[in-house]
Amino acid sequence: MAFISVFDVLGPNMIGPSSSHTAGAVNVARLARQMLEPPLAEVEFTLYGSFAETYQGHGTDCALLGGILGFATDDVRIRDSFALAAAAGLKYSFTPNFTETDVHPNTVDIKMTNAAGKTLTVRGESVGGGAVRLVRLNGVKIEFTGEYCSVIVMQHDIPGMIAQIGGAFARRNINIAFMHLFREAKKGRAYTIVEADETLPHELVAELQALPGVQDAIIVQA
Amino acid sequence: MDFSSAAELLLLCREQSLPISEVMRRREAELADAEAAAVDARMRRALAIMREAAHTPLKEPKRSMGGFIGGEAAALAARRAAGASVCGDVLGLALMYAMAVMEVNASMGLIVAAPTAGSAGVVPGLLLALAEARGFSDDQLIAGLFDAGAVGYLAMRNATVAGAVGGCQAEVGVAAAMAASAAVELLGGTPEQSLDAATTVLMNMLGLVCDPVQGLVEYPCQNRNAAGVANALAAAEIALSGIKQHIRFDDMLAVMYKVGQAMPAELRETARGGCAACAGLCASGRAAKNS
Repeated sequence: MAFISVFDVLGPNMIGPSSSHTAGAVNVARLARQMLEPPLAEVEFTLYGSFAETYQGHGTDCALLGGILGFATDDVRIRDSFALAAAAGLKYSFTPNFTETDVHPNTVDIKMTNAAGKTLTVRGESVGGGAVRLVRLNGVKIEFTGEYCSVIVMQHDIPGMIAQIGGAFARRNINIAFMHLFREAKKGRAYTIVEADETLPHELVAELQALPGVQDAIIVQA
Repeated sequence: MDFSSAAELLLLCREQSLPISEVMRRREAELADAEAAAVDARMRRALAIMREAAHTPLKEPKRSMGGFIGGEAAALAARRAAGASVCGDVLGLALMYAMAVMEVNASMGLIVAAPTAGSAGVVPGLLLALAEARGFSDDQLIAGLFDAGAVGYLAMRNATVAGAVGGCQAEVGVAAAMAASAAVELLGGTPEQSLDAATTVLMNMLGLVCDPVQGLVEYPCQNRNAAGVANALAAAEIALSGIKQHIRFDDMLAVMYKVGQAMPAELRETARGGCAACAGLCASGRAAKNS
């Protein structure tokens, strides 16, 4: 059983009113923002389930935007995140979706566009007590919590990719804690998520990006 | 130093002649691989947030996001100031602080989930009231928080603290059990008496449903936090009088969990039953806010 800290009981320190609808919303957006190079130009949120029903009363909208701005769950600036986003030149929108109901009750799609025009869409779920997971990346099913320092590699589903990615870690003597491969379809788009116990060096990304078959690679530090 | 049940916790307290708070504090330092001073500093920060949240609404009442609450703590303070309160000092202050924290929570202020945001008023409410009425120091309050943390940890580990799983008995019920145990330790009771008080609270709040109006953490949540401090204080008084319970805390947690499982989904945070489904709800919430 995972260690339950006294600060899991008396915590998190958070802006109210709800650990799942407010603190969890901050965490899911904060995780998403690390997956696209800053600065962000636009972010579009689509809300599902209970998020769609109650997002205004729970401040889920302020919380999501605050997370995109990089605020932690206990940052009082979350209340002002609409004004702060506008001041930073970040465009944003919120759209509740009541038709797609076969989702976790607290689900959000976050479509981000950065200043360079690159876009990335993730689907996140707030699973209770402020804990979150990302379950889709550009439409491909994944499973990612951001609990560990991670590299996310976007690649073609071709032979030898895992060995090449593993090799890049091995050459730097970095121990891989977990490694998962997710793909859209045979020979289609695929994502490899590698989680490690230590902070990951930035050169690793450049090396992975240069590999044949790799479209992009990003680091998400825990 | 670790424990997975109340029985093991009591054994550790007995063998090492330590209060519950100190067992929990040492467990944290050891298992989180942290310096004791760093653990204490983090708890001191939690106490500071709790104190701020308990006091701000007395001076600056604020309407909640959903519009159902705001100003309750100031109203209680005014009645106390007029000498009209029928509650004694401890209960009067505890109600006021507990409702204040929930007002802060519902208006997007900073709180400490204890164990959840919806039950965040109970533990600070009772502990801060005791400190004010009985002159406990911050160090003593921090010990109280570690004691409360031990009880909450057992509930998280062996039952649940999620309203969606176990109803309000698992949120405010557990928060009140935590507060009762901490109050007993602060007031000089034994570890056994602390856990007896925690048992009493869960027994008396058994079956309490989670039915937030419009799905928002406002109403009846704020009232329920007030009920939580009253239950905790009653249970602490019973335990400190030497009255023993016939159900052990480990078994009481199992009972609470089982009752939670037996609750229909309508009564577990879905806003489809209980007060949330009341047809006669007065138009004082959203409607009043919009008008």
